Amino acid sequence: MSHAPLLKATGLDKAYGPTPALAGASFALRAGEVVAVMGPSGSGKSTLLHCLAGIVRPDAGTITYDGRELTALSDTARSSLRRTDFGFVFQFGQLVPELTCVENVALPLRLNGEKRKAAEARAVEWLARLEVDDTAAKRPGEISGGQGQRVAVARALVTAPRVIFADEPTGALDSLNGERVMRLLTDASRDTGAAVVLVTHEARVAAYSDREIVVRDGAVRDAEWVA
Amino acid sequence: MTLRTWVRDLALGARFAVTGGRTGRLRTLLTATGVGLGVTLLLLAAALPNMLFQREVRESLRAVDGSESIDSPRPDSFLHLGRATDYRGDVVSGLLLRPEGDRPTVPPGAKAFPARGEMLVSPALRELLDSPDGDLLAKRLPYKVAGTIGEAGLIGPAELRYVAHVGFLTTDNFDGRGVRYGWSVPEEPMNAFLILLVLVASVVLLVPVLVFIATAVRFGGEQRDRRLAALRLVGADTAMTRRIAAGESLAGALLGLLVGLGLFAVAREFAGTFTIWDVNAYPSDVVPMPALAVLVLVTVPVASVVVSLFALRGVVIEPLGVVRTSTPRRRRVWWRLLLTAAGVALLAPVIGGIELSQTGIDSTQIGVGVALALVGLTTLLPWLVEAVVKRLHAGPVAWQLAVRRLQLSSGTAARAVSGIVVAATGAIALQMLFQAMESDFTQGTGADSSRAQIAIGTHAKDGDEARAMIGRFERTEGVGDVIGVVSSSVWRPGPLKKGEEFAPMAPIRVGDCASLAEFATLPSCREGDVFVLLTHGAQGAPPDSWVTRTARPGVTVALGDPHPHPDAPESRRKGPPPEWRIPAGARFVDSRPDPTGMYEYGVLATPSAIGAARLDTPDATAMVRLDPAVPDAAEHVRNTAADIDPTAWVRTLEDTQQDAQFSSVRTGILVGSTLTMLLVAASLLVTTLEQLRDRKRLLSSLVAFGTRRSTLSWSVLWQTAVPMLLGLGLAVLGGLGLGFVLLSMTAQRVRDWWVFLPVTGIGLALIAAVTLLSMPLLWRLMRADGLRTE
Amino acid sequence: MSIGHTLLGLLESGPRHGYDLKRAFDEKFGHDRPLHYGQVYSTMSRLLKNGLVVVDGIEAGGGPERKRYAITDAGITDVAQWLATPEKPEPYLQSTLYTKVVLALLTGRGAADLLDTQRAEHLRLMRELTRRKKDGDLADQLICDHALFHLEADLRWLELTAARLDRLAEEIRR
Repeated sequence: MSHAPLLKATGLDKAYGPTPALAGASFALRAGEVVAVMGPSGSGKSTLLHCLAGIVRPDAGTITYDGRELTALSDTARSSLRRTDFGFVFQFGQLVPELTCVENVALPLRLNGEKRKAAEARAVEWLARLEVDDTAAKRPGEISGGQGQRVAVARALVTAPRVIFADEPTGALDSLNGERVMRLLTDASRDTGAAVVLVTHEARVAAYSDREIVVRDGAVRDAEWVA
Repeated sequence: MTLRTWVRDLALGARFAVTGGRTGRLRTLLTATGVGLGVTLLLLAAALPNMLFQREVRESLRAVDGSESIDSPRPDSFLHLGRATDYRGDVVSGLLLRPEGDRPTVPPGAKAFPARGEMLVSPALRELLDSPDGDLLAKRLPYKVAGTIGEAGLIGPAELRYVAHVGFLTTDNFDGRGVRYGWSVPEEPMNAFLILLVLVASVVLLVPVLVFIATAVRFGGEQRDRRLAALRLVGADTAMTRRIAAGESLAGALLGLLVGLGLFAVAREFAGTFTIWDVNAYPSDVVPMPALAVLVLVTVPVASVVVSLFALRGVVIEPLGVVRTSTPRRRRVWWRLLLTAAGVALLAPVIGGIELSQTGIDSTQIGVGVALALVGLTTLLPWLVEAVVKRLHAGPVAWQLAVRRLQLSSGTAARAVSGIVVAATGAIALQMLFQAMESDFTQGTGADSSRAQIAIGTHAKDGDEARAMIGRFERTEGVGDVIGVVSSSVWRPGPLKKGEEFAPMAPIRVGDCASLAEFATLPSCREGDVFVLLTHGAQGAPPDSWVTRTARPGVTVALGDPHPHPDAPESRRKGPPPEWRIPAGARFVDSRPDPTGMYEYGVLATPSAIGAARLDTPDATAMVRLDPAVPDAAEHVRNTAADIDPTAWVRTLEDTQQDAQFSSVRTGILVGSTLTMLLVAASLLVTTLEQLRDRKRLLSSLVAFGTRRSTLSWSVLWQTAVPMLLGLGLAVLGGLGLGFVLLSMTAQRVRDWWVFLPVTGIGLALIAAVTLLSMPLLWRLMRADGLRTE
Repeated sequence: MSIGHTLLGLLESGPRHGYDLKRAFDEKFGHDRPLHYGQVYSTMSRLLKNGLVVVDGIEAGGGPERKRYAITDAGITDVAQWLATPEKPEPYLQSTLYTKVVLALLTGRGAADLLDTQRAEHLRLMRELTRRKKDGDLADQLICDHALFHLEADLRWLELTAARLDRLAEEIRR
């Protein structure tokens, strides 16, 4: 691949109190590729993802997204970037329990100022693509975990993001549902050309990626990019 | 189900509450604090009747017994005169005594009768006199402090009082002659209005406290739910878990009782330091009525258990978690309306049946009626919130989040607000009563305080002395102007006519033109002028003929009573009284209200028209206009008055005069409703914070995909505001309705339909405060830390 | 895997020619190692001898692969029995990997590098299997899953061992 990476991080440091979570981590992501971030628990996988997504500001290091220095942006600018360019899928607790599934999926669009009707129409399309259109009028409490994760994937994809950050998206699911979510997530992101940063500790989930990196003790071992 | 299993489960729950980890203890602490505050208020309320009663008892115990009239001096008799003076807005009450024998009865609270020229002072007065603040007052009380008045002679520890032995007291200027103290004055009954007001106020203050206690025992609901699910997992059945849950609340409530008793004990000690409801009492007088105290101590724990069991009614606790029945039974409106209707039905028969002067009213019926109506309105709120929120449509994201949340659990929100509804409803109803009564109780005195601020009157030996006194006021520091007149009477000379028991008379006032102009509309005035002042019957004054039969231009009048009563001092005078001819050039003039608001009549004369010295036993009257630039001008004038004559009457002129009892009731309502509202706001805040903490992970993920702070802040605001606004709306309607009914009882009309504005304002301020105070936590939770997996 | 029982099972749905059997077997079970005709022939003759199959007909041209086989009642019973008998659980140690890890540690090399290299290799294969699974039919999916789970188990064992031995090594060095 000749063109520059879409998202590139160099020498990230981040500590929570006295505990270092990242120590000199580097990472690069090309447009449209699916990268698995692996490593033992507590190695700093999630922190890396939070830094890359601009949720957490690293203590040191640089993160470039599409030619912009992420760490130099204000909180407001990073929030707005997350609304337009990024999508998120977490392990659990991400759907607003009071909203129906279609409202949950439409939420990022509405946060971007789209009209309710239009937003919900697109949300319904995405629910259908993720084979959960029957949950549209239900609340998260009334559907299964697998359905919930697919609704979350639909929400991540609805804004047509360029990067999807998925943190253990199948962590709370059984194998069958986990695979279904992974298949739909990777298929949909490949269709739309979105890159995926996939944090997981399961090799079977990581197998849906194009390549993997390993985080160990806050540093990234990535032969291809860091060597 | 035996008592044993109940006790066992409740005890188990109580143990969980105390040992259930940091969050469990925090929850118990919150509950205890909330319940404790409530219990303190309830105990203070229960102590109030006793406090007021003790005050009356103390007052009558120290009063001179006037039930037996003593006609002649005895070894133990004394002359007494009560004189109160204002000092910088506080009242200093004084009892002036002069013993007539060698063993006069010692006044209550004193160890010995003070020697002549000495006085006993209350501790508070002693402190005031000893401080620089009391310098001016010390000049007014020219007696040597010889001791302290003990508790037996005081109403409250902060009372300013002195008892002085004075030499100038005679049977001419005394209140009476006594030989002992303490008489049972029939307690001055409050009139029906005030009783009604106090009654409604008590109910209005107490119901929210109960609601608050009910809310407090539910603090930390979601964490408790998880613990209960764990209990189910290890084999507790549903009934058992509910009892254990009730036990947890019970522990908080019992702890709250202890806190409440402690706070009450502390508040009691401070009863003397603070003056609440104008009442300042000794700790020993702050004792809850036993029946009420027992009621509080029993009701609170029982209520906590009942409320907990009631709250878990729609909840299924399963071993793996708590399931709230997804479609909670629809809230029915009929029984809620029934409660309100029952309350109104109890009040209805009383409508129009209360007379202003009535002193006994059916307090049980009215109290229960008001309580029912208030509780009914409160129970209407959850129904109303549910019904309204169901129909709300999604708007902007923040609004959508709030509305959906309310739709899913409108009960929680409504419960938190219900306390405010009761308090606001009651406060509005009270305000309406208050407005109506204020106009009844605030009497326009007719005085015009722009013309003069203090009026002083005193006897003088003769007109010269009276003039000299007026001169002293003119020279007093801080006095801008003095309206000074020497007043006496003129009589028709000659023998009595047939049917007359005494000679016709008319008042005469002597003063300079400026002073005289304060009493009459003078066309012109020069030194030497004389006027005959006529009221034309204004203000119930006697008809003009009553004046003109004695005083007309050109007639001669007597300057002393030509036919004095044999007992009167004038009868000792030798010869006929001096006479004076009213100049033929005297003019009739129209009376106008003087600065005290009175229409005077009779003769007005300038000094050179009649020598003031010729007047018989004149009074000197001075009305003083103070210089607003001089601090304590009023105190200097009062000091001069006291120096001239300790028995002089001094009156502060105010345009309106409020019944003192009434203003203390108003203070009580304001203090009480403020406290209640704060209490409710506190519980609202706790609920909001708890809800936020439970949603930590969700908030973090919302932030992850770029939700703005403002969006979430607005959603918190809406979530608080929607039920609050509905509650306030209900409170406004309910309060106006209740106020209308209460006013109808006393056949009063509504004076002002806008009285709900201040209360609504407080409510809105509370919404803002609760939202603002929950922002720091919201923002802290919105940091990404919440995403970290524990 | 018992080829005999597998072929018997394939015959249960109806008589088949030898080449049919081979093709069906390769399609469903033999992705990695297709059967030789010889294997089919020798297996079928053993089954024939044991009375588990009979020759149903012979196509013109002769040769073992031209014979049409049908399962007998005894054969059906045999298949049922085989399916009902559990496989002997195997420790499934990948002896080579095990040897490598132990050697790495013994020679003072960290297990992490080994693990990472091995993981990359495992994942490469797993990606391949995942892709194949996505495009294949149910049987493909089942087979790929089987392999994927085993590969994942290998990796997890490696990771655990590495973590455990790293700590052990640390303790030894201390």
